[in-house]
Amino acid sequence: MMEDEAFTDINGKSISLDCQNHSGFCREFTVSSSKVSIGKVMVYTSGVWLLAYTVFFFTENTAVLTCAILVTLVGMMLHIHFVKVDHESLLVIGSLGIQVSSSYASGRETTTFIEQSKIKDIVINEAIYMHQIIYYLCVLLKDPSEPDVVSSVVPLFQSSKPRLNCLVKVYKSCQEILSKC
Amino acid sequence: MVLKVFFPQCCNRADSGLMVGRWISGHDSAVVLAVIHYPFIPGQVKQYIQQMQAQSGVELSVLGSWSLPKEGQEGMESFLRDLSTIFPQERWLQINREIGKTGFTCQILDRDQNGRAVQRESKKKTEKADKANGEAGGDKEEEEEEEEEKVIFVHYEQRKVMQSQLHPVENGVSDPKTDPPSELRQVFQTVARSQPLFFLDRYDDGPLKSTHWQTEGREASIIVELLKQASVPLCLLIGWLLSIWTWICGIRLFSLYPLRFLSSKLSTCVQLSYRTEHMRTLSSMKPAVGHTQFMRKANILVSFLVDVALGMLLIWWLYRDNHITMLANTLVPAADHVAKELEQLLQWLMGAPAGLKMNRALDQVLGRFFLYHIHLWISYIHLMSPFIEGILWYGGLSACLGLTFALSLLSDMVALLTFHIYCFYVYGARLYCLKIYGLSSLWRLFRGKKWNVLRQRVDSCSYDVDQLFIGTLLFTILLFLLPTTALYYLVFTLLRLVVVLFQGVLHLSVDFINSFPLFAMGLRVCRSYRLAEGVKFRVLCEEPGTALHLLMEINPLKCSTVVQTYRTPTYSCYPKDSWAALVKKLFVGELIYPWRHKTTKTD
Repeated sequence: MMEDEAFTDINGKSISLDCQNHSGFCREFTVSSSKVSIGKVMVYTSGVWLLAYTVFFFTENTAVLTCAILVTLVGMMLHIHFVKVDHESLLVIGSLGIQVSSSYASGRETTTFIEQSKIKDIVINEAIYMHQIIYYLCVLLKDPSEPDVVSSVVPLFQSSKPRLNCLVKVYKSCQEILSKC
Repeated sequence: MVLKVFFPQCCNRADSGLMVGRWISGHDSAVVLAVIHYPFIPGQVKQYIQQMQAQSGVELSVLGSWSLPKEGQEGMESFLRDLSTIFPQERWLQINREIGKTGFTCQILDRDQNGRAVQRESKKKTEKADKANGEAGGDKEEEEEEEEEKVIFVHYEQRKVMQSQLHPVENGVSDPKTDPPSELRQVFQTVARSQPLFFLDRYDDGPLKSTHWQTEGREASIIVELLKQASVPLCLLIGWLLSIWTWICGIRLFSLYPLRFLSSKLSTCVQLSYRTEHMRTLSSMKPAVGHTQFMRKANILVSFLVDVALGMLLIWWLYRDNHITMLANTLVPAADHVAKELEQLLQWLMGAPAGLKMNRALDQVLGRFFLYHIHLWISYIHLMSPFIEGILWYGGLSACLGLTFALSLLSDMVALLTFHIYCFYVYGARLYCLKIYGLSSLWRLFRGKKWNVLRQRVDSCSYDVDQLFIGTLLFTILLFLLPTTALYYLVFTLLRLVVVLFQGVLHLSVDFINSFPLFAMGLRVCRSYRLAEGVKFRVLCEEPGTALHLLMEINPLKCSTVVQTYRTPTYSCYPKDSWAALVKKLFVGELIYPWRHKTTKTD
């Protein structure tokens, strides 16, 4: 079973939520954010190169131009490898745990798996972010020895930051699975 | 609850037989370790499992049956069901795989206290469940309804799971009642500890045949086995040499005051004692207990080998083409040059440096004092110059003990060759410190206050006119002489800081070679599954009608965590006080030392 719906993130950019039902107690949610726009890349690249050219115009040192090319290339690589998140996914497996993974534009993937015995609940929380108040989904963790205390919080969909209507949808189906097991 | 079956990938295509493994209590999960094939005699299987249980300490049991029917092997259903009566268990798993299908089907047979078999089947659920409930009692009805077909197969690669170490490492056996290890940790422990089960390969002539990751033959490396054999006499030899070395170090002559003080200040001696401690750890005859200790030993060994290799490289470069003589020939003129530059600097300071008008008398006195010192120093260097080449030649040999020794020796030599700069710095700092303290206490007198030593605070005090007059006079004199002293102090502190910086870089690199966990890093790069941070799951196939199949992969540890966890504890090399404290010390005129604190040892 697959569903694909379009939502917007807190900045108004469109993102898509993809729910995949593997079985009654295993569901996967993938939030894909928008791709890198070519316009933005052009603006940054031309900005750096124009700056380098002005410096070159006054100093007449060709090393400046080489540096500019290297800076743009390395910057782009670092950006797609460490900053730009292509999609984030949440795999909820009833009675086994929750797996959070985010894959970067370069294909790098970071994954963490949280065991069921450590999960206290999944909730929607409010946070102050810059000048606005946003909602986010988070997993409350507990220590197995002290089941009533929340030991730490793992925020989900940190880089795509979907809006509340998307979060509610994910929240409801997560609770459905968690309550079953 | 959902039943989780951890199934090894190597058993996917195994012939039909019995599954041996362990139920993890409290988590409703089963770990399948191996499959024992038909034909077998049940008594022998029981005996084998008991034997394995004694060897590994894992509560092994027969979990159920596994069937992969081949041509001409149909109608085994009833036979498989009968097997459950031979191996009495609370639960009996019956896993089927059909040819042409990727998914498995699983049936669970429950056995209640009375010994009657209660059966649940995924396909004929309604009939069977009703019948079973009728026998077992109405209580379980709802539960049974919910529980049907809820099985997750988690496929794992047995070899990787067996060899990997889940982090954070648990040392020692924790009390099982207070803090039971998590489910995944128990799975990892079970697979790792049931190693004796994997020694039975297909070439054995025993009555039983089984499938697991080493079915095709046991995996081992000849080189590793040979090294293990060779390590015993080597350890003995090193231990003997070490005992001689400690005997030499223990002679009373070395514990006399000046020698002990000197050896604690020389970084070569510190490095020597440090290396001795390392070798003692390595040469102990006891095998490493636990993962942490093993990694520590391995890290030390690899660091030592790399260190010696780098040292040999340095020796090869030094003694080729007579680089030593070249170095010695440049060293004396360099020291001369530094002294000459210093002399010029002093001459400049004795005039009007940067247009500042100094107190002429004090300036002359200080300048002449330092000039005389430089003169002494130059004559000392010239006295030494014939021997410098020999010293370098023999000192270079120390690099065969490792690059760290060569670096430490270099640091010591720099300290000795720049001793005059240190002296200047100390004189300047002491003078400056004296003035600052005098000024601060006279400033208090100026305001009619004094420092109360007993109460550690400033109290008000009434002074005589004479006292006030003398105090103010002295204050004025000190204040006007301060710029001259401050200038000398500033210049020599800058010189000293350059030397300290150089020595600090040397010490940092020595510390880096000593403490960097090379072995752990190598494992992380080449065998990333050996150091696991956790696991990650991937959904495998989805065939309607079969259970959910997940693939469990190992999530390798991050490089930064590897360095943090396995860093060999060394003498701390970083400045103990913060930058602000350092600046304050410089401002007040307290002495600063190179970044090494021998007494503090950080883990």
